[in-house]
Amino acid sequence: MERIDIYPTHTYKEFKMRPGRPYPFGATPVPGGINFSVFSRHADYCVLVLFEKGQSKPFAEIPYRGMFTRPETGEPFWGDFRIGNVFSMVVFDLNYEDIEYGFRMGAAFPKSERGKPGYHRFDPGPILLDPYAKAIGGREIWGQMPDWNNVYAYRSRIVYDDFDWESDRPLEIPTEDLVVYEMHVRGFTRQRDSGVKHPGTFAGLREKIPYLKELGVNCIELMPIYEFDEFEGSHNHPETGELLVNYWGYSTVGFFAPKAGYAATGKARDGTMVADELMTLVKELHKNGIEVMLDVVFNHTAEGNEYGPTISFRGIDNVTYYMLTPEGYYFNFSGTGNTLNCNNPVVRGMVLDCLRYWASEYHIDGFRFDLAAILGRDQSGAPMSNPPLLEALAYDPVLAKCKLIAEAWDAGGLYQVGTFPAFGRWAEWNGKYRDTLRRWIKGDGGLAGELAQRLQGSPDLYASRGPTASINFVTCHDGFTLADLVAYNGKHNEANGENNNDGANDNNSWNCGWEGPTDDAEINALRHRQMKNAFALLMVSQGVPMMLMGDELGQTQHGNNNSYCHDTELSWLNWGLLHKNQDLFRFFKNCVAFRKAHPVFRNRWHLRNQDYVGSGYADISWHGVQAWNADWSESSRLVAFMLCGKHARGGTVEDNTIYVVTNAHWGGYEVELPGLPDGKQWHVFANTGANYPEDVWEPGAEPVLSDQSHLFVGARSVVILVGK
Amino acid sequence: MAFKSALEIVNGVAKITLSGELDAAAAPAFRTDVEKAAAAKVKAVALLMKDLEYMASAGLRALVFAKQKMGTQTTIYMISLQENVKETITMTGFQNSVTFMDEYDAATIEGA
Repeated sequence: MERIDIYPTHTYKEFKMRPGRPYPFGATPVPGGINFSVFSRHADYCVLVLFEKGQSKPFAEIPYRGMFTRPETGEPFWGDFRIGNVFSMVVFDLNYEDIEYGFRMGAAFPKSERGKPGYHRFDPGPILLDPYAKAIGGREIWGQMPDWNNVYAYRSRIVYDDFDWESDRPLEIPTEDLVVYEMHVRGFTRQRDSGVKHPGTFAGLREKIPYLKELGVNCIELMPIYEFDEFEGSHNHPETGELLVNYWGYSTVGFFAPKAGYAATGKARDGTMVADELMTLVKELHKNGIEVMLDVVFNHTAEGNEYGPTISFRGIDNVTYYMLTPEGYYFNFSGTGNTLNCNNPVVRGMVLDCLRYWASEYHIDGFRFDLAAILGRDQSGAPMSNPPLLEALAYDPVLAKCKLIAEAWDAGGLYQVGTFPAFGRWAEWNGKYRDTLRRWIKGDGGLAGELAQRLQGSPDLYASRGPTASINFVTCHDGFTLADLVAYNGKHNEANGENNNDGANDNNSWNCGWEGPTDDAEINALRHRQMKNAFALLMVSQGVPMMLMGDELGQTQHGNNNSYCHDTELSWLNWGLLHKNQDLFRFFKNCVAFRKAHPVFRNRWHLRNQDYVGSGYADISWHGVQAWNADWSESSRLVAFMLCGKHARGGTVEDNTIYVVTNAHWGGYEVELPGLPDGKQWHVFANTGANYPEDVWEPGAEPVLSDQSHLFVGARSVVILVGK
Repeated sequence: MAFKSALEIVNGVAKITLSGELDAAAAPAFRTDVEKAAAAKVKAVALLMKDLEYMASAGLRALVFAKQKMGTQTTIYMISLQENVKETITMTGFQNSVTFMDEYDAATIEGA
């Protein structure tokens, strides 16, 4: 049946239009035309600005309020395409592939000068990006120097949302079963040795799916892929002259648009295929059993503080979209200049719309929220006990099966690890896990008790939430890589051009005896062992493990713990290491496979330290040099635990019994092993103190331990046994 | 170069010769030919694409439309594609709907 409302009621110059529909916001193809809808509470007027793609001058500027003519008679009349605070109209006969659009907005408020405080920053000059733009032009080719004089730098484009997903849907892998791989789309394949046809793109990543499968991860967490400007804040290193850019992308230009420069199709004349390329990637990952999580940055935007550029929100409705001080300055809880006003109901609605869009149109499986503590602040910046945005996200019907993960702190000093308002849904990046594991591995004392908490999924932090609230990690994009964690005592960020003042100082790292690269075989062997120790413990911990791209290969950033600005080999995954460090890769993939093979590591609820199935063993028991006698003293650097397979998943499935011993001491120990039931024997899955290839075995092919009652655990080593 | 689409049905195969640039403006013409081919209940569609210089997202969608219109029994062959067009189809995942072929192979297509 044809619609009856697809005829124009107004004309303006040669354009035909009619009142639009306020929802959905953004530009939506409708029969015969495009519906353009944008919110502003404080704007008096709004003009739709239309460009032919890539052109410097618009071909039309159509007011939402003004004098129009009637199509039939040519009679002039006053028209107002506005309902409430939403400007919306349909413009007919536009080719959605060939146009870019934006808005001009204005209001009768005093103009706020650049650099001065002010509430409203309406300015009829800049053309404003649609906050709901589904595709954005202007930065289609990564690294291509922009035209700084362009009258409209970031250009809203229109996407026809009809990708054929066939039968694909989000995978809904239980959270406790995830093994997360944090990665950078461009950095993953940009290096020449990646061997892909389109390096640094979504298409390139798709070519490398077999690698991810071999490694065994079942979830990738993509560092920001919302449109951002790699040239934001770009500058040359004062000494080396190197161009430093916004490589990581934690500064959003448009929340609904994928980064065009990450698409091989970005350079095509029709920029809207960027969406197809990303969707194709997600579909292919799903086919291979790999979920996709996005690292989303809702705490601030690329518009910066009162000195920043007017791109979109600032010119559309500054007081709605940003947290402002009573004087009219931007609150800076993000450390980047501004703070998105996430608990304003309109902004909250935008965040929800955005995530629903990514979940439904891109089949995204989950989201990790950068500096998420900000999302729990009220409009004056004060932390709330019951933040409406976090609650709305937790209970949203479309997002109901999406993973929601908080980076539970912000740059304003709010640290909520263990206390983030969870509403039964939210998980957290567990910074305490990271710190404890790092300190333990390097040999700090006084940590045995805390380590036990971390290995169990941090029940001290997440007592009622279960281990799946804990995203365990030792490294992430922020900080040292794993290889650098064991090769540097301090950060070496000179290449960032900030006199080594940027980046974290509390790295809890240890260089194993020499700062940086060395030819000393003993030190290098120890470093490899320490990397294996860290990863082995990560893989046997309750909770959700997350690893950093490249750690499986021993990727180094040469001691740089804040490589946000380097679009160079410093950041790109070095595929040459796959050959050089094949022992490491083999160890990592076998550890991932081992975790996946044993449900006893993947409990939905906390272990109880008791036998509740009548197996004769507690679900977890603690041991030391002597079996059944753990040493929790300040000087203890050896902890062992045994997981009873009959308690796997709360006793609902049967698994092998697992014994893990971690010795962070610089000397070796002979440990007594707990006895197994009759007919069962200990087998060795991993021993980081052993040389390749006896450091790890394929799950299922573990050799029997020759001495079933005692085991030598080498200095700074982890041994994992399977009782079967 | 303006888009052109020419349809002929030979031996139960719809041959559609495409040239120029297949974008949103041109897609309706292509879809019309696809619908004609579907109505003729052909066993295969051969898209002769040697002179097709560019394909936009609307063109890709027209391809999917063609596949859906024909059903699973009908194979769609894309013949003599220019490299950039082939790349675009591959990167955006539309290659699953079609079979690429360097030259028109009558035995394969007409014998299907």
